[in-house]
Amino acid sequence: MQAGSRPGDRLAAIVIYLILILTAIVVIYPLYWVVLGALNPGSSLFRTSILPTGLTLDHFRELFTETDYLLWYRNTLFVAVMNMILSTVLVVTAAYAFSQFRFPGRRQTLMAMLVLQIFPSFMGMIAIYILLLQLNLLDNLWGLILVYAGGSIPYGAWLVKGYFDAQPRSLVEAAKIDGASNFTIFRKVMMPLSVPILTFVAVNNFIGPWMDFIFARLVLRSSSKYTLAIGLFNMVTGRSNTDFTKFAAGALLVAIPVTLLFLLLQKYIIEGLKAGANKG
Amino acid sequence: MRTVRVVVNLNGKVHARTGALLSLLFMGLGQIYNRQFVKGILYALLELYVLIFWTKPFLEAMHGLITLGETPQQRNARGAIVVQGDHSIILMITGIIFFLLLVIFLAVYAINVRDAWKVGKGRDEGRKPRNFAQSVAHAWEQGFAYILLTPAFVFVLFTIVLPLIFGILIAFTNYSGPNHLPPKNLVDWVGFETFTSLIRFRAWSNTFVGVLIWTIVWATLATFTTYFVGLFYALLLNHRAVKFKKFWRTLFILPWAVPGIISLLIFRNLFNGEFGPINQYLKLMGLAPIPWFSDPFWAKFAIVMVNLWFGFPYWMALMSGVLTNIDRELYEAAEIDGANGFQRFRSITLPLILFSTSPLLIMSFAHNFNNFNMIYLFTSGGPANPSYSYAGSTDILISWIYKLTLEQNKFNMASVVSIFIFIVVASFSIWNFRRTRAFKEEDMIQ
Repeated sequence: MQAGSRPGDRLAAIVIYLILILTAIVVIYPLYWVVLGALNPGSSLFRTSILPTGLTLDHFRELFTETDYLLWYRNTLFVAVMNMILSTVLVVTAAYAFSQFRFPGRRQTLMAMLVLQIFPSFMGMIAIYILLLQLNLLDNLWGLILVYAGGSIPYGAWLVKGYFDAQPRSLVEAAKIDGASNFTIFRKVMMPLSVPILTFVAVNNFIGPWMDFIFARLVLRSSSKYTLAIGLFNMVTGRSNTDFTKFAAGALLVAIPVTLLFLLLQKYIIEGLKAGANKG
Repeated sequence: MRTVRVVVNLNGKVHARTGALLSLLFMGLGQIYNRQFVKGILYALLELYVLIFWTKPFLEAMHGLITLGETPQQRNARGAIVVQGDHSIILMITGIIFFLLLVIFLAVYAINVRDAWKVGKGRDEGRKPRNFAQSVAHAWEQGFAYILLTPAFVFVLFTIVLPLIFGILIAFTNYSGPNHLPPKNLVDWVGFETFTSLIRFRAWSNTFVGVLIWTIVWATLATFTTYFVGLFYALLLNHRAVKFKKFWRTLFILPWAVPGIISLLIFRNLFNGEFGPINQYLKLMGLAPIPWFSDPFWAKFAIVMVNLWFGFPYWMALMSGVLTNIDRELYEAAEIDGANGFQRFRSITLPLILFSTSPLLIMSFAHNFNNFNMIYLFTSGGPANPSYSYAGSTDILISWIYKLTLEQNKFNMASVVSIFIFIVVASFSIWNFRRTRAFKEEDMIQ
């Protein structure tokens, strides 16, 4: 049946497209507004014209010269990459142990992980603060990385364990009969099968530090150590509104790569979220 | 053959029992009894080392954990520190660390007893105990799981377990500003005093009840608005009149894809009462500007609306996935049975979507219940509420805790409230978990 073949269908199509276009405007406007703020000359929050009155890179220049933005960007990238590597290794090794081995204490540890996952992470804030202070890791990017990596284990281990469990055991058994060592089985059999879930865990841990505010604010104290979340927040909540265009420029440089990454890996992210939900 | 079995049965588990008992008495004794000399001596050396070097620090740490320090800091007339005094909080954390180390040591002790029992049992059944080289090889193979787990275990212990125990214990102390902040003052155990003052003192109970009600209202509204709007768009995009479905879907996923922290800060500017574009447009249209951040109602309204912008793409994406997976034959069969479009929707589409997405609904509620970023980055909890203690009108429990901790140093009260949040979130999770029956997986039963 062709759309628009009946008068009722045509009316429905008009209404639907109207809704879609209105929604598109609502969805796009805030993002468009930031692009406009970043590229348009002048520094006010509001302008009557919807279209840009000119094109300038001044705001980016100001952003790079007047603030520690580039430093924040480097810090965030560093924390994100390190956290991604460390968390993924920790999560995958733990999940593999839980999924492939039956050892004394397994059930209890799994239960404990499940309970730990429920605790809101901020409950340990004060203790983490004092521990890092004692270890001289306060205001240090590594302190933050350690906190993130530790926090990602319980949820991640359960998620990945579930995925490993679902893989056919026959492959592992066959490899064992062929005399493959534990490490070889892990690398040659399990890893290739687990690309989707590993991508999900890695991406999650990479994106996490770009978004986290609570712990970054707790651990990082000086402007040269900030991650982007803290730096940008301080820019917007500061007294003056002239910072807005700088913020817009800065926001754009974060939003573009992260958004593209998300859209590229959409499939994995949605699958991973579903898997997480089914495992509790 | 028969006689051997009789002997075994008669002797029972002599070696197993003796070995285990000896190892319980002192680590390694059972192994030595089982003629595994190297292993036994290593175990014994471990226990000796722990007893000699760790007993005193352990007892001191426990003393510190129980008393939380006895020497207050002393200053002379000019305010210079004369006696450094005890730092209660460091004593407490040290105490917890030593306690966790004790638990680990006891676990090793248990493994030692179990090992002596197993080897003894092997001897009872006529098997020869392994020599040291064999033991090492065996441990490498059997212990591979433990080797894999150790790094994760250490991380979880120090970044989650230890802080959590500490966070809970704080609720039973008077650790709060301005009078009980180390290193200037000592902190003491006060039992349930903080819990009762949350109920008894009006300033606290008012804030708690007010913030709690808004937290629940917020989490409910946030979850259901995004869920149903997401459903609406998933259905809309699934309509046959819509061309370029993939384009629209990608466009509408944008709010989910853009880093939340960025878009929240953008919205903070958009809604700015004086300079924000939204109010400027209202003025251009001849309407009065809306006090988004200074009126509690409008602030709450704005939060829910902005959250809708953020949240609907998630549900839309999930439900679109469900929709495309529905078997077309179901619809064809229904059509043959004479069901009209609405009937087909009500008895096929809707139940299937609800069935596959409702588990996520509960987790989404729990997420919104603790959605710190949404509140703190958008309104920072404002506008101020004079009848609350250290909370604004749009603060939810978690952002209130954040303020109590990092801005007001009311650590004990923050801890009491977070214990409450834990109970709420935990009940949701347990309920959800029991329902999904992951525990009845066969592999959980060893």
